[in-house]
Amino acid sequence: MKRYLLPFGLFLALASTLALGLKRVDASDPQEIPSPLIGKATPAFTLGQLDDPQKQFSPQNLRGQVWLLNVWASWCTSCRQEHALLVDFSKQGVLPIVGFNYQDEREAGRKWLNDRGNPYQLTAFDADGRVGMDLGVIGVPETFVIDKQGRVRYKVTGPITPEILKDKLLPLIKELKRA
Amino acid sequence: MLDKGFGWRTQGKGAWPLAWCLALALMLTLMSISVPVRSQTTADLDEHVNRLTSELRCLVCQNQTIADSQAALAVQLKNEVRQQLAHGATDAQVRDFMVQRYGDFVLYRPPVNSATWLLWAGPALLLALGATLAGLHWRERRTAFRDQPDSILTDEA
Repeated sequence: MKRYLLPFGLFLALASTLALGLKRVDASDPQEIPSPLIGKATPAFTLGQLDDPQKQFSPQNLRGQVWLLNVWASWCTSCRQEHALLVDFSKQGVLPIVGFNYQDEREAGRKWLNDRGNPYQLTAFDADGRVGMDLGVIGVPETFVIDKQGRVRYKVTGPITPEILKDKLLPLIKELKRA
Repeated sequence: MLDKGFGWRTQGKGAWPLAWCLALALMLTLMSISVPVRSQTTADLDEHVNRLTSELRCLVCQNQTIADSQAALAVQLKNEVRQQLAHGATDAQVRDFMVQRYGDFVLYRPPVNSATWLLWAGPALLLALGATLAGLHWRERRTAFRDQPDSILTDEA
């Protein structure tokens, strides 16, 4: 009996390691890639705004505030469900939400906001997606939480759900605003 | 250019080796001139972009390389890599650019760090463990045989 103890122990060790790995994947989407930007300064950029190319936006403008940068596009279907939530949330006036219109047509972007409501303080327009590349945008929607020092503190990949808003974003925003 | 070299044939037999030497020298010169020119060509750049992007993971279609993928983001990143290489960036600089934006995840060959050391050292550790166990087992058996001279195997030996 004793001679089986070691192989059995090894088997248990391997099985539990694999089980842990599986559980981790199960808890968070394996498609979700942790952003290397978390904890780092938001990449500097200057973009024209969606409604007026002459007006520029740079993340620097919002120094000293906690704010959301929401990456969206009119061609993005999963942005639709998120957009309604953002419109509602923006009415509470918790914090500035900046839109980031990614690889879109200016007209289509404007129409989207006209049709569905505009939750954004302003929208930066990244037609070719080059600034999006600096932000590490992989798909739309994505949402960055940026603190008073201009650091990225959290990133939501995919649409913000009511659960994510309540359990993740709101507590974090509260904490960051106090800091 | 080469025609001129062959034109020296008329100069009699003695001139042959000289003509060949000159032709060879001319060819070598032309080749050495054309080497740096060739590395600027699109074919070479294509090859370089392809080599580099085959080590980078496509972020959207995660089991493909950026080189293989036709996803919009992969195509955009391929163009970015091409542009950077054309402007003289090194492979390391391009890789850093990618890692800064998409994390180590983008590398098919992850670096050794606190999160990946087990991945890298795992096979060696398992081999060492296996060797140790095999060694122990072998020693145990030897001891067992020595202590039991009546065992069948010892009789055969």
